Formats: sequence, C-alpha cells, structure tokens
Amino acid sequence: MKLLRLAPENTKFPFMRFRRVSYPFSALLSLISVVLFIFHGMNFGIDFAGGTVIELRAKSGTAEISTLRALSEKLELGEIEVQSFGNPADATLRFGLQAGGDAAQQAAVEKVRAAAGADYELRRVEVVGPRVSNELVQSGTLGVVLSIIAVLTYLWFRFEWQFAVGAVIATMHDLLLTVGFFSLTQLEFNTTSIAAILTIVGYSLNETVVVLDRIREMMRKYKKMPTAQMIDLSINAVLPRTIMTATTVFLALLSLVVFGGQVIRSFSLAMIWGIFVATYSSVFICSPMLIYLGLRNEDADKAQAPSPTKEPAKPEREPATSGDESTELAPVSAAPKTPSRGKKPPTKNSGRSKPKTA
Amino acid sequence: MLRFATWKIIAILGMTLAALLVVAPSMMSVPAYQALAERLPAWAKPPTIVLGLDLQGGSYVMLEVDRAAVLHTQVMNLRDDVRRILREEKVAITGGIGTQLRGVQLRVPEAADRAKILPKLRSLSAGFTGRMGGGQPLEVEESADGLVRVTVTDAGVTDKVRKAVDQSIEVIRRRVDALGTREPSIQREGDDRIIVQVPGLQDPEQLKTILGQTAKLEFRLVADPGQNPTEVEELEQADGSGKIGIEKQVMVQGEDLTDAQPGFDQQRSGEPVVNFRFNIRGAQKFGEVTSKNVGRLFAIVLDNKVISAPRILTPITGGSGQISGHFTVEQANNLSILLRAGALPAKLNIVEERTVGPGLGQDSIDAGKRAAYVGAGLVVVYMLITYGVFGVFANLALFVHIAFIFAGLVLLGSTLTLPGIAGIVLTIGMAVDSNVLIYERIREEQHAGRSILASLDAGFKRAFATIVDSNVTMFVAAAILYFLGSGPVRGFAVSLALGILTTIITAVTMTRMMIAIWYHYARPTRLPI
Repeated sequence: MKLLRLAPENTKFPFMRFRRVSYPFSALLSLISVVLFIFHGMNFGIDFAGGTVIELRAKSGTAEISTLRALSEKLELGEIEVQSFGNPADATLRFGLQAGGDAAQQAAVEKVRAAAGADYELRRVEVVGPRVSNELVQSGTLGVVLSIIAVLTYLWFRFEWQFAVGAVIATMHDLLLTVGFFSLTQLEFNTTSIAAILTIVGYSLNETVVVLDRIREMMRKYKKMPTAQMIDLSINAVLPRTIMTATTVFLALLSLVVFGGQVIRSFSLAMIWGIFVATYSSVFICSPMLIYLGLRNEDADKAQAPSPTKEPAKPEREPATSGDESTELAPVSAAPKTPSRGKKPPTKNSGRSKPKTA
Repeated sequence: MLRFATWKIIAILGMTLAALLVVAPSMMSVPAYQALAERLPAWAKPPTIVLGLDLQGGSYVMLEVDRAAVLHTQVMNLRDDVRRILREEKVAITGGIGTQLRGVQLRVPEAADRAKILPKLRSLSAGFTGRMGGGQPLEVEESADGLVRVTVTDAGVTDKVRKAVDQSIEVIRRRVDALGTREPSIQREGDDRIIVQVPGLQDPEQLKTILGQTAKLEFRLVADPGQNPTEVEELEQADGSGKIGIEKQVMVQGEDLTDAQPGFDQQRSGEPVVNFRFNIRGAQKFGEVTSKNVGRLFAIVLDNKVISAPRILTPITGGSGQISGHFTVEQANNLSILLRAGALPAKLNIVEERTVGPGLGQDSIDAGKRAAYVGAGLVVVYMLITYGVFGVFANLALFVHIAFIFAGLVLLGSTLTLPGIAGIVLTIGMAVDSNVLIYERIREEQHAGRSILASLDAGFKRAFATIVDSNVTMFVAAAILYFLGSGPVRGFAVSLALGILTTIITAVTMTRMMIAIWYHYARPTRLPI
C-alpha cells in the first residue's frame, strides 16, 4: 500500500535563514494586533462586559429580526443587539448592564419575557452582573499569566534557560496574534475564549517543546556543527511530525466548527488560528531565538574552525559564524552577496537546497 | 521492546475492559438503563456520566448576600442593645442614640456613667470568634467630651454575612427540595455567595421566585384535640413525620426574634440546647403566651413547616429562653440556623444567572456528538492512509483513549459540558500526536539504516521523552484552567487533562504492545511505515 506523505521526505529547508523575514513579519503582525486591540477593541461577551443574552426560538415560523428589534427597542434597555444565526427560527438578543444594580438586570429579562414570551420560546437566558464580570476578567488574566510563569519554570528546569526564554517569547507572540485575531474578526470574547487562549498556549508550548527536544538531542550529537545549521537539521527532522499533527488537530477542530454548534464556534475558530500560529512560531520565532540568545558559547562554535572534517568546512566559516551574531541589524540585501555564508547543511546537496528556498 | 510480559498484556486488556464496562451504562438509552438499574440493588446501580446544565438544561443561579443590608440590620440591633444597656444601668444621655452607616454614637456626660456602661458595651463582643480566630465584631471608642462611639468592624460584618449565607443555604435547600427536581445542588461560594444549580427545570421563573422570598418564621400553638376546626390548620412537619394540627393564630412573629445560638444546658444535663432571645415587643408577647399556656406545645413554623414543637415548661418572661429536647449537637445547630434564618432573613441578590432550556440542551448534545463522530472519523481515516497497519494500531489506541476519558469522567463524577465535548474532540486530534511522534521517529531511524528492531526500540525510547515534556506543558495549562475557570470551562479542563494522562497509556504502552504482537506474527522484513 502506498502511504500518503504530506511532508516531503528528507527536507533540507534552511529555516534559520528566514528569520530575517519572519522576525520583522511577526513584529509587524504583533504590532498590528496591539493596535487593533487598542483602537478596534474586542467584542467582549457578557462574561466580561456584564449584561444579558437571551436566545429565542420562534414558536412557529421564522424569527423576524426586524420585529424583534422594534419590539426590544420599545423596552428601553439601552443598546440591544439582535442577531440571527443558523436556524432561521432562532435569534439572540444581547443588551448591556442596566442602571440600578442586579435587580434591574432581572427586571430587564422579565420585560423581554413579557414582550416576546407569547411568540418565542426563551431557550437560553444568561445574566452576568458587574461584580461577577470583573472577577471573570481578573481570573482569566491571572490564568494566562500563571500558566506562562509555570511553564517557563518547568522549561527552565528541563532545558537550558535559552530554551525557556525562546518558548515564552514564541508563546507571547501566539497570544498577541490570537488577541489580534479576536479583535479583527470581532468574534465574541468570553470565558470559553480564555479556555481557547490557554489551550493555544498549551499547544504552542507543545509544538515548541517537540522542536526544542530535538534541538537538544542534535546539540549533543553534533557538538561541532554551527548552531543555525544544527537547528535547521532538527526542524527538518521533526517537520513530518509537525505537519501531521497540525493536520489531525485541524481536522478535529474543523469538525467542531462545522458541526459543534453556535456556542463553541468562536472557541473552535480561535483554536484553528492558534494551531497555525503556534506551528509557525515554534519554527520561525522560538528556534532562531536560540541563536540570538547564544545557545552555545562562542568556543563551541569556534572550536570547529581548526578541525576541518569531511563536512564542507568553508574557509569563511569562522567569520560567517561571528557575522551571524551581528546580522540582527544587517540589511537583507547583504544576504545574497555571500553565496556561502557558512550556515549550510552539511551534506552534498546543500547547494541545491539553497536556491529552492532563498 | 518486543518482549511483553503476559501480566502486562492482561493488565492493559483488563483496564480497557474495565473502562468499557464503566462507560457502558452511560451509553445506554434511558429506558434500557432504567430496566438494568431496577434489577440491581441500590448500591450496585452503575454510575452514569453527569451532564452539565448546558447539556441537560437547567438553571444556574449565583446569589449574593446584600452586605449593606446585613450591616444595616446589625446597626439596628446594636442600637437596641445599647438602649437596653442604658436602661439596665439607668444611665442618662444627652440627645438620642445617633445611628450612622457603620455604628451608633451617644453622648454620656457623666464620667461615672461612662465607666459603668463601657464594659457592658465591650461585652457585646463576647463569644465572637472571627474567621481567623481573632478580631472583634465591635469597636468601642470614647472621646474626651463624653462621646461614645460603637462601630461594627469589617470582621463583624463578614461574620454576619457568613452566617447569613449558612442560614440562607438551609432555607434555600428546603425550598428547592420542595420543587421535586432531580439532584439540585446548593453550595457556598466564598464569603458571601451561594450557587444554586437545578437541572432539568421547566420554569426558571419559579426557581427565582422561591429564591427571592424571605423566610417566614412564626410561633404558633399546637392545637388541642377537640379545638374548633376553623381555628386550626394541618401543617407538614419538617422531619417528615406527617402532619400536625396547628392553631391559625400567630402568637409571635419571627422578626421579633433577635438571636438563636446552639449551646449546652448548664443547669442540668449538659445536653445540647438552643438558646434564643427576643426583642422587647417579642419578649412581652412571648411572656404572655407562655404564662397562659404552660404544658402545651408551642410550634415553631418556618415557611409553613413545623420545624420544632417544644413543650412550654415554665412561663418565659425575660425575653430569652432555651429549647431542649435530647438534641444532638448537630440538631441543635441546625435548629438555631433555621431560627436565625427566619429571624434575620438575609436579602439575596441574583448576581449571575444562566438558564438553558431542555430543547437547547438536547440540540447541544446532538451537535457535540456529531462533531465528535465526524472529527474522530476524519482523524481515523487520515491516520489509516498515512500509516497503514500502524495507523490501525493508532486508531485502536485512540478508541481506548476515548473510552478511558469517559470512564475517567464517570469515576470522578465530573460533569460533561459542551466545552468538555470540545475538549474531547480536541484531544482526539492531540492523542494521535504521541503516535505520530513515535512513528515518525521509527521511520527516521529506519531511514538512517537501523535494523527493524533497533528502529522500533529507538523510536519508542526517543519519542517518549518528547511526549512527556510536551504533555506536561499542556497539562499545566489544563490544571490552571481548572482552578481558575468555572462551570463549563472547568468541564473542558477536566476532559483535556484526562485526555493528556490517558494518552501516555494508550498511545505509548498500548501501541507498543500491539506492534510487539504484530511483529511476533508478521515477521516483517521492513517496517511498512
């Protein structure tokens, strides 16, 4: 039986070279996310903003959005959002906190029930008061912060500190981009969205750890290989697994988006975005960070220079390596000028793989 | 790698079988389950999975004791106490007793008078044990110009709020039980909140109405035989021992009761009793009734149920007395809670409400099931076409993995919510990750020119470290979600965490066992991977 392979065999993509593109690109996306968050805002659900959501189903026929809107405007409950979704008989009403405390919230639900109860069945009623919504915001934020600290600590013990820092930067990146996603799409942000964010944090770290684990293994095995090359080799080795897992999780989530119903749709959509971002960041954000953080001491990188083995040890390797540390600010146009910048995969087809990806 | 002890194989198969057995009752149709449950003794009734309110329909209501109202009552009672002390000590003051937001103040011009009443005022705090075992409920201050100020402290208010929550829980439990719904749950949350969860309720308005009522406590005489039936009504007894005839006339109202505390009979037996105290109006009425009716039963009626009917032994004219009746400590405690509940009904505000109708709940179950079947189907097919026979092993492990999650939910008595179903679907996608890690590693090792056995061995060994590391991080996220989340989100965290734990058993050990058995019989020359 011929088995399906999504990832090509034995890839040799020089991933580390992309960091000159991926870093500015991610920085830009992160910046956009922050700008969106500040100026466009989030569509906070009642969990965090307080207020009332009522899901209605017409007892017969379809839900008339315009009638419902006219009817609810008469109730004077402030701004009322009337939406339809899925089934044409269904509609949701959402309105904000009422002046006059918790009793007023309850009174507002009663008003709606009295006005719409004859023609509509109230399938779901959720009322969240101001104090509760504040607490939910606090515990949600605390949860995200705590999980990052906890995982940072774990990684610190388990790996070198550079790994932990790289993983946390990648995770923060994913977090920012997810917030940007919520702001851009205006998907409702509620307690299940916090669950989505924490799961994305978990998934992102999961991805990162798989890559880091391999890097650590390679680091011990190829003591003399330049860092960037060694990282490239590691990422290429785990690439089939990365693609495979992202696909299975994506398939499961896709099924949740299509069939899982209204309540968890925003959760599932955010998660799908999250696995893309997490997969990207584990390769293009976390791993290159190790180079910048100086994963190996200079001696390890330099030690290989006087020992040209059967690996293609170019004479410029040493300057390239040290140049590597200073490339953070180097113009991108400088890259093609030096055809053998030293960070080549060790094998004979290194020359072939380069133009493919440059 | 390939030598698998027989006991290990048996243990794994046994666990799988046990998990399937635990899950089976939950998968049965409702009539089939009931038929089974009827034939079994009560203790052997198999547990089924508990559905969250979002799936079975029902109401979740969070109530908060109105702290300001509690403080207000406390200040009013304090004023009464101060007035009583002034009268007992025959102390004159200039002006009245001024009430403020947090206490009272009065001007006592004579230093000698102040010396008389200050210890009395301070003794109002006696017997108080704060939450941390310290603190005073009241603070008594004396200014140079004869101004005496008594203030209720934060600890004092919190203590009363906590007591108000205790007594409200008792009252709410009685009322919700009267609704006759399945398994209502009433819990304290923090200092000042109560969470009421009632599944499968058709009319949430009814629930809110009964939660909103203030408790009604009355003292009425138990009717004598042969009394005019128009003056008597039959009331239920709270201990379930049937009905009892009670006079319709209310002798003393609960609102005149100022306190009730459990204690021990100091004169005689030392057995648990309930001490109670009335205000001036209540004391007067109570004195009259007890003087005229010595020997009769005096019923304490809460929300139209008789909670106790002690015999009047002697007239009680001082306003405070004692109920004894061979109580256990717990009984005395409960009775005093109920008395206080009627005496100081706490005002409860609904701060959060989530009600899901039964129709929507069923729709959510259907949607969740469909998503789970399709999601699992897609993953299974994908694994098959990618890994062939190894995909079959992964899929079998996946099946057991799902059975383990459900068994875990049943055994933990954890609630399955809609986000919980999402968590399970998500772990379906993630569970195969461990298999993928192992398989890809095996492939790689084989590619590097190792023998079959060495590839298998290295694949499992090397992938295992990665699996543990990556799952620990995910587990940390799930654990934090559990401790900080509420309701449905907690359900998600539990599903996720269970999924992560079981994946170690299913994806690693089970898969290895299956591959070992397969290898034993197939003797492949090259791994089809």
